[in-house]
Amino acid sequence: MLTQDKPLRVKRTLWISRLLRDWRADLGIGIILFFIILALLSPVLAPGNPNYFVDEGNLPPSAKHILGTMSLGQEGYAQLIWGARMSLGIGFTTGLVITFLSVAIGMITGYARGLLSDVLSVLTNVFLVIPGLCLAIVMAAYLPSGPLSIIVVLSISGWPWGARVLRAQTLSLREKDFVAAALVSGESHLHIIFFDILPNMISLVVANVIGSTMYAIGAEVGLEFLGLGNISSVSWGSILYWARATSALPRGAWWQFLPAGLCVALIGFALTLTNFALDEVSNPRLRKEMGSKHGLRSIAGPGQPTPVVRSIQ
Amino acid sequence: MRYILRRLGFYLLTFFVSISLNFFLPRLMPGDPATIMFGRFQGRLPPQTLQAMKIAFGFVEGSLWNQYVTYLSHALRFDFGISIYRFPAPVSMVISTGLAWTLLMNSVVLVVAFALGTLLGILASWRHSGKLDSFMTPLLMFISSFPYFWFAMLVLLVFSVNLGWLPWGHAYAYDLQPGWNFKFLGSVVEHLFLPACTIVIVSVGGWMLSMRNTMITTLDEDYVTMAEAKGLPQNRIMFRYAARNAMLPNFTSFGIALGFVISGALLTEVVFTYPGLGFLLFQAVTSQDYPLLQGLFLMITLAVLTANLLVDLLYVRLDPRVRAD
Repeated sequence: MLTQDKPLRVKRTLWISRLLRDWRADLGIGIILFFIILALLSPVLAPGNPNYFVDEGNLPPSAKHILGTMSLGQEGYAQLIWGARMSLGIGFTTGLVITFLSVAIGMITGYARGLLSDVLSVLTNVFLVIPGLCLAIVMAAYLPSGPLSIIVVLSISGWPWGARVLRAQTLSLREKDFVAAALVSGESHLHIIFFDILPNMISLVVANVIGSTMYAIGAEVGLEFLGLGNISSVSWGSILYWARATSALPRGAWWQFLPAGLCVALIGFALTLTNFALDEVSNPRLRKEMGSKHGLRSIAGPGQPTPVVRSIQ
Repeated sequence: MRYILRRLGFYLLTFFVSISLNFFLPRLMPGDPATIMFGRFQGRLPPQTLQAMKIAFGFVEGSLWNQYVTYLSHALRFDFGISIYRFPAPVSMVISTGLAWTLLMNSVVLVVAFALGTLLGILASWRHSGKLDSFMTPLLMFISSFPYFWFAMLVLLVFSVNLGWLPWGHAYAYDLQPGWNFKFLGSVVEHLFLPACTIVIVSVGGWMLSMRNTMITTLDEDYVTMAEAKGLPQNRIMFRYAARNAMLPNFTSFGIALGFVISGALLTEVVFTYPGLGFLLFQAVTSQDYPLLQGLFLMITLAVLTANLLVDLLYVRLDPRVRAD
């Protein structure tokens, strides 16, 4: 097992260091870390309850209030910082749940043969075609409002995307020799899926986490904008909800909705950048075009597949 | 032909799954489903109407299967009961008022966004890492991560409230009578412009990126190298050789991305108070109008499935390999 460990470790280090050398991954990860720190440090950066009224309402940005005040007089800056905590918390949690679901369902669908595979495959495609946000809205309307409902609802509507990609990759990997060898040596199917095949698909799973989180944050903000989240709690989506409900637009009060949406856009952009850079690192075709000095041979080993992320039929 | 039949069968199955979801949702919630669904009527309904609605939603005596079949027969007849938000209009009538507007906006937006995105993707891939690509691709990627409705608010603020160039809401000027005359149609176009632009700008990045990536893969192919060696002009190779083949995987992803774009369009309608299905969905959520909500979900799913089928028909036309099946 020692001889098996060493090449794997070398490959993983090269992969990550290569990712970090790309300026786009650096920028993306940097922005994400910035917002995470902002969310974690919110009691320090904006002490007190962001829902307290600190001044008269609808004041434009000034030296006293960097981001102005909301319609009832809440501090815009505090709302944004505390909103980051809620939105990122729900977003990342939902992203992980979606990834877990799509890995489990996708890999089982790809590995199994016969009826189970066909049924799960059709189920994945069905849920893929049904408009996800619409389904989420209808489900959330029945559930009590709150973060747990949002997580549940978004997970149910968001898993098929990643499951499809992972299924395709598992399908191609299960024909490899190392799977046959593991079967012959008596390992159970579940063990093979999650301990033999999965480690070879790590870059796909990471891309899945990033994509799911991106979807989760955007969809969560959308749900809260419609009033389906807990509108008395502070999150970026609820800031936008109140901006619309208190007629910020006709009043021209751009500071009441611009920052919150901009933060969502920035996080989404950062995640896209990281995903993009990850694609270029793991897909040798795209990488070669960028004039990379490393060839294919130094990274890919004999058992290492070429994750084809874009051209899944 | 078999390909089309298979896809049609799949879409029918998806439609039935949506109906089943609609059936099970009220029953999964704690409490009596009939009370949840019809509680908001607050006694405004005469007893016969209430009874008719209960039957329409399958709240009848008998086994679960019996209830399901009852609900199915009513759903397929588009009998979704009476709306709370627009009481006492039936849900199917309320939906039909919004359907035309949503179809108009979404078909315009999807065609324009797909065409524009594909064109930009081709151009970006040709000079891969050139000036156009390295500037436009990150910019469009950034724009495509904007929440649709937030960008709509921004556009509305700048172009409508501040500059006053275009109207701020609704589908046509309220002092005009609907009719097939220039004035009315002109007003419709004027009101359609901002929401459509918003959705096109945000969604074009996705199409562009996927087209660009498939083009890069296609440009590696031998026949492109052969065409270049033959001395064919760049334009011809780009459009008639590479793009024609690169566009095919794009089509299959078009169907899936359709759901995303339509969902984004729904939220944009809320910001512009554009009287389509999205705006109705928002009103249904706010007034807890469950019959309308369920009806809308089915209609929107039906619209997405129909669009997917149309794309599949087009795909059969474009890709001869599928016809040989």
